[in-house]
Amino acid sequence: MERLPLRLREHVAWGLSGLALFLGLWTFLTVSGVVPRQFLPTPLDVAGRFHELLTTQSAGATLPYHLLSSFKRYAYGVCLAAIVGIPLGLLMGWFRWLDDAVSPVFDGLRFIAPIAWVPFAALWFGTGIGGPIMIIFAGAFPPCLINAYRGARFVEPRLIEAAQMLGTGHRRIILEILLPAATPSIVAGLRVSAGLGWQSLVGAELIVAAAGVGFMMVQAQGIVSTTTVMSGMIAIGLIGMLIDVLLRQGEAWLRRRRGLEA
Amino acid sequence: MGSIEFSGVGKVFGQAGGGTKALEDINLTIGEKEFVAIVGPSGCGKTTCLRMVAGFELPSSGVVSVSGRPVTSPGPDRAVVFQQFALFPWKTVRENIDLGLRNKNLPKGERDKLIHGALQLMNLESHADAFPHQLSGGMQQRVAIARAYVLDPDVLLMDEPFGALDAQTRVVMQEELVRLARVNPRTVLFITHAVEEAVYLADRVAIMTRRPGRIKEILDVRSVRLRENWDRFQNIEDVMDLESFVSIRTHIWKSLREEKGPQGI
Repeated sequence: MERLPLRLREHVAWGLSGLALFLGLWTFLTVSGVVPRQFLPTPLDVAGRFHELLTTQSAGATLPYHLLSSFKRYAYGVCLAAIVGIPLGLLMGWFRWLDDAVSPVFDGLRFIAPIAWVPFAALWFGTGIGGPIMIIFAGAFPPCLINAYRGARFVEPRLIEAAQMLGTGHRRIILEILLPAATPSIVAGLRVSAGLGWQSLVGAELIVAAAGVGFMMVQAQGIVSTTTVMSGMIAIGLIGMLIDVLLRQGEAWLRRRRGLEA
Repeated sequence: MGSIEFSGVGKVFGQAGGGTKALEDINLTIGEKEFVAIVGPSGCGKTTCLRMVAGFELPSSGVVSVSGRPVTSPGPDRAVVFQQFALFPWKTVRENIDLGLRNKNLPKGERDKLIHGALQLMNLESHADAFPHQLSGGMQQRVAIARAYVLDPDVLLMDEPFGALDAQTRVVMQEELVRLARVNPRTVLFITHAVEEAVYLADRVAIMTRRPGRIKEILDVRSVRLRENWDRFQNIEDVMDLESFVSIRTHIWKSLREEKGPQGI
């Protein structure tokens, strides 16, 4: 069945109705007493706490400060994943032996959820900056590698043949043919990586001792401050959405540019 | 240097035993600076012949050699012009032509001179900094030809180079290729299914059978062209009207028609 196009106003209207329904249901469940208040705080309680956390400290810092330290970890982890994953993926897309050597190990490892690495991350890299970065890396690395690899593997064979008949060596084929041809796929992979890396954040911060949204939530859990936990969840959701929107814009910009240029 | 030799070449695709036999016992020698066109019904394996000279495929039996050395891999001594141009979309015209020269480790000054010459040869000077998608199909194919010519290859391999162009552009390119071949003769292996194109361009035309492809007949066009002085005409249509041209063309058509299947396709 064909989907009928909607006007922007209708899109916004439906979006707001969905949100209103969600908040309404939530309010109903808490206010009516179906779910006890100490298990599920009302939206208003959460909003109040969220606002309070912007300026007052919880677990040693305000929410913006926690977010900032989370974001720093996150940026390191995702950048590291891109720096290792993209070149490795391109190399695997070109050298068959490397593909054969890496693929079995990688295909096994990538199904292990990032949070499963928590004990080892703490053991190997400590609870300072290293351990959490490793967890985020574990979340963000697979899409970087897979998309660079797929992008390199599905380059039009004619272009590779053309490069070969021009006497192009491995290094130039990878840098000047595979890399530009795989760029759209790599960028799409980065977007997925950014999302998965952010999702891994709370897991990563189970083991930190100082600051971070995940750390704040774990501490709040200890004193059963459900509103604080939920404020953290909302902050994570909002920032995640923001990251995705920005990267989507970047991707669209790149597509437009290549549409003109490539 | 620049001869091509097929001796007893066969090609089987897929598994040995259960595979598809594409080519059988191909024997053909192309002399230095000779222009040979291969025509044949679609699917007869003519492109496979070219791909084996380029080094993209290896023969299942027999030997393909260029300048006396068996071909084992692709290389800039055997430049290829592809039907779909195969230009690098993220490189400008100049950068596309430059890649092969950079691979030869030539100094910048020399490369610039060669690129300039190639651009001039193909009337591309005003498009040096354009990207391929900004050019028409005919222009793109000029770039691909310039990219091949600039390498000064021993042999030039052209795989239905004008097959993707519209009729008018095609004629212009054919005329230009004749001009190029007279000014700057090369050893050329040219694959096409257009009979007129083959007769107009080539010194010799090899006709292939349907699959498994064999060489059925080789026609000497060059001696007729010289005897009848085809080159006195500028335009392809004038040559195509000549009785000597028509008789060769008709001969090839009949020969190809015999190769069509029982349904006439």
